[in-house]
Amino acid sequence: MLREGQVRIPSGCAISGIMNKRGEVFSGQDIIKSIALMHDRSNGLGGGFAAYGIYPDYPEHYAFHLYYEEQAAKEKTEQKLNSLFHVAESGKIPTRRVSSIRQAPLAWRYFVRPKPESLLEDESEDELVVRTVMHINSQIKGAFVVSSGQNMGAFKGVGFPEDMGEYFRLEEYKGNIWLAHGRFPTNTPGWWGGAHPFTLLDWSIVHNGEISSYGANKRYLEMFGYRLTMQTDTEAITYAFDLLLRKQNVPLDIAIATLAAPFWRDIERMDPERQKLFKTVRAVYGSLLLNGPFSIILGSNKGIVALNDRLKLRSLVAASQGDFLYVASEESAIREICPNPERVWAPRGGEPVIGLFEEGGNLV
Amino acid sequence: MKRVYAREEFCAGCKLCEVHCAVAHSEYPDDIIKAFLKQKVKPTPRVLVEENQPISFALQCRHCDDAPCTKACISGAMQKDPLTGVVINDESRCVGCWTCILVCPFGAVQRDAGGHKVASKCDLCSTNGGLPVCVQNCPNDALVFTDELWGR
Amino acid sequence: MTLSLSTPDFLIERNRDRCINCRVCVRQCANEAHIWDEEEQRVKSDDALCVDCQRCVTLCPTHALTIRKYPLEFRENANWSANAIKAIYKQAESGGILLTGMGNDQPYPIFWDHLLLNASQVTNPSIDPLREPMELKTFLGRKPEKLMMRDGKLVEDMPPQLELEVPIMFSAMSYGSISLNAIKSLAAAAEKTGIMYNTGEGGLHKDLYKYGKNTIVQVASGRFGVHPQYLEAGAAIEIKIGQGAKPGIGGHLPGEKVGLEVSQTRMIPEGTDAISPAPHHDIYSIEDLRQLIYSLKEATQYRKPVGVKIAAVHNIAAIASGIARAGADIIAIDGFRGGTGAAPLRTRDNVGLPIELALAAVDSRLREEGIRNQVSLVIGGSIRNSADIVKAIALGADAVYIGTAALISLGCHLCQKCNTGKCNWGIATQNPQLVKRLNPEIGAERAANLISAWEHEIKELLGGMGINAIESLRGNRLMLRGIGLSDRELSILGVMAAGE
Ligand code: SF4
Ligand code: SF4
Ligand code: SF4
Ligand code: SF4
Repeated sequence: MLREGQVRIPSGCAISGIMNKRGEVFSGQDIIKSIALMHDRSNGLGGGFAAYGIYPDYPEHYAFHLYYEEQAAKEKTEQKLNSLFHVAESGKIPTRRVSSIRQAPLAWRYFVRPKPESLLEDESEDELVVRTVMHINSQIKGAFVVSSGQNMGAFKGVGFPEDMGEYFRLEEYKGNIWLAHGRFPTNTPGWWGGAHPFTLLDWSIVHNGEISSYGANKRYLEMFGYRLTMQTDTEAITYAFDLLLRKQNVPLDIAIATLAAPFWRDIERMDPERQKLFKTVRAVYGSLLLNGPFSIILGSNKGIVALNDRLKLRSLVAASQGDFLYVASEESAIREICPNPERVWAPRGGEPVIGLFEEGGNLV
Repeated sequence: MKRVYAREEFCAGCKLCEVHCAVAHSEYPDDIIKAFLKQKVKPTPRVLVEENQPISFALQCRHCDDAPCTKACISGAMQKDPLTGVVINDESRCVGCWTCILVCPFGAVQRDAGGHKVASKCDLCSTNGGLPVCVQNCPNDALVFTDELWGR
Repeated sequence: MTLSLSTPDFLIERNRDRCINCRVCVRQCANEAHIWDEEEQRVKSDDALCVDCQRCVTLCPTHALTIRKYPLEFRENANWSANAIKAIYKQAESGGILLTGMGNDQPYPIFWDHLLLNASQVTNPSIDPLREPMELKTFLGRKPEKLMMRDGKLVEDMPPQLELEVPIMFSAMSYGSISLNAIKSLAAAAEKTGIMYNTGEGGLHKDLYKYGKNTIVQVASGRFGVHPQYLEAGAAIEIKIGQGAKPGIGGHLPGEKVGLEVSQTRMIPEGTDAISPAPHHDIYSIEDLRQLIYSLKEATQYRKPVGVKIAAVHNIAAIASGIARAGADIIAIDGFRGGTGAAPLRTRDNVGLPIELALAAVDSRLREEGIRNQVSLVIGGSIRNSADIVKAIALGADAVYIGTAALISLGCHLCQKCNTGKCNWGIATQNPQLVKRLNPEIGAERAANLISAWEHEIKELLGGMGINAIESLRGNRLMLRGIGLSDRELSILGVMAAGE
């Protein structure tokens, strides 16, 4: 059977996210409970989490999470990492035995800093990391980078998300943002790398839906050097955010207006200056418009953004309680962990829910 | 009143207006083939296409406000309907003296080719109540039926 | 004169049970194939003169007429077709090049018919265009690689763009090759539907200046009718290098079609032949093209996109890439089925490439080189229906040009006799008697209807795919599957096989 990346696999999903806006950390227990409630939205063929603020001992180090299917892949990867980075610490990612989880790859993590001499001319540390990730994923057979950001990590695999949480002992971590994903693929070769969230640097995305614009998005992103090896929407969305926010320094609201663009009829009603701005955005970045149903949560070290497609073809609910912000596919998944939130709302299509840490204002 | 106006610039000179006019005023107004092939005398159109190619246009009775034919008519057959303004020849009263043909400034009245000795002219298809058939069947909208004083 | 060996191509059948001898056919056939026999008092015909334009058939009030292929058969020969033999008879008589009108009619593969579109089922919803907005707005012109913004405001304006409500435009057809009434029809339809028409190389008639914002003005090798006011009058400028029906060949409008108005519009003496040289004599290389592009931009203060139109030929991908780098904002590619007012038959039927392959190759190449955003791609050369358009956009086009389809909407019956100047439908003619037959009010309505009908169909197809904005289809080749194609063709088209 072809694995993810060789073939496009449509899937339905559940997503959930929790953040503490003051940056206070809390255990992974809540997010597991929340995603477990939406058990029926996944089918045991994919589940995963992204957690931020979990590595306070290495805040400046890039935390590489890797999956290996064979020993040779590990050796090749470590050779590559050692040649480009100083590795401060490495080791197996702790797991526990869970009866439903089988055929797990070897999960390993490395805390690294780039060697200055590894940087190409004009290359930033982030770009070096991206280059390394692209290299490992496309060139080293049997190795896959699960995440590569600072003070964050992704944990994912083939199984129900709650089992995955148990397997990776997530209740033992404390983070200030937790994102979770349960997947309902229409078919799957059972490859752990294919599960979600998808990450790049400290971006992570959990996503529910199937975008029909994928082919257009992909071919546009490829012109900017991205290699879409996974053939998943999530990967395309991640790269789209990376291109707009990190590489091109586009403000967050414009990035959002790119992916979930306002309709022309709404643009026509704007004042002339905004009209011109949005017209330009759509003309220039039309190929990045995400078309078709989706709800996504984008995580980063600065906060989260949750977003629906502009027709709101997928469910997305948000709630707040004190310093906590919740977003999930279903309201019940929020009430499971926060029975009486102060505020609950269903954001409109294309209208983002933005949660930023109080001290560090901007997503870019 | 509504009249038929010609738009010379779009007249293709096909004379379909004539054909359909002839049919509408024949013994078989609903059957073009019978009208031409079965009726003993060839049906006469009441609209005439004037042409000197590339110029061509269809002309029919203008239903003048102050119609000379009604004044000239010796039998009172030619009348202008006070309500609709349509100038109609009551063929039962027409004696075929052709004074109307003589006075019509547009040459829009003809002898009926059907053998009975009456004057034949456009009645704006007023019996069918709708669009005159020439206007209906013109393939190029070169005839319009309107209130406006077209082209003036 | 010796005996001509040519035999009729068509047979005129008149049903005598229906014919009323009204002579409508006689008056309408500019080829004089119908004749009024005064003595017999009935209509007769000369088959040899008929070109199967069907004007008489359409106007005959009793449906008495049928035109058939002439039943005369040559002795069966798989190698020597009737057309091949008759062409030789003609040339043996005339000693001249065979001329024809309209596009390549030979049975080459039509790749549109080997491409199938996708639709949503279960995993994502299709969208009902009657309930949800379905957006087809399209911008043609150079797009910056990124948006420069400061404090939430744009730092610089977008380069000039053409804004289309539907990704369709009427392709270049000059005043001279087609009648003023045909152009007026297209110009008014373009205005009505928010798209563009193209002047072709015939200049801009004074009556057409009012359609400026829906006009693309062309600059071709003959430079007919090009002056500052002309360049300023349109919304965009197009440099014509070639056209699909006759790549590498110039144009020739015979003097008899150059009447007073054509002569004034083209700025040439009345009655003289208007000859467009095969190449632009100031463009012998890509650097020269760049100069012309920038001259035109300078002349219009960089306020209008400047495009370049080329015919699809073998090395099209590299040529297009060169044109993009030369500074063109729009590249229009005309496939080998593109129409023409007159072309040498052998060129029309044997030179060029199918537009589908050319488009796929160019879009892929421009993306590989990372310059696809610098230029918009417009393709033409026999777009026959809205599905062809959807497929073209999925392959990578920004918009399509329609020429033949537009003329068909005005009444053209594809008799391929445009070069004779006797178009019975008032389209490809300057004869005032024939031109009158096309009422531009009717023409505009019909052409606009066609655009709106296709607009609705494109929306339906998009909705079925779960897409509600045309930009999400552009270059989205995952929405296409090939059927009955070789691996090589699939790989050039960049699509998977049906079932994959
Ligand atoms: S039917 Fe119309 S186009 Fe034909 S002759 Fe009469 S007015 Fe002219
Ligand atoms: S138009 Fe038709 S009915 Fe009239 S003469 Fe010709 S064939 Fe006969
Ligand atoms: S050339 Fe056209 S109008 Fe003339 S007979 Fe043939 S089909 Fe009829
Ligand atoms: S434009 Fe006129 S001459 Fe040319 S193919 Fe069409 S109908 Fe025939």
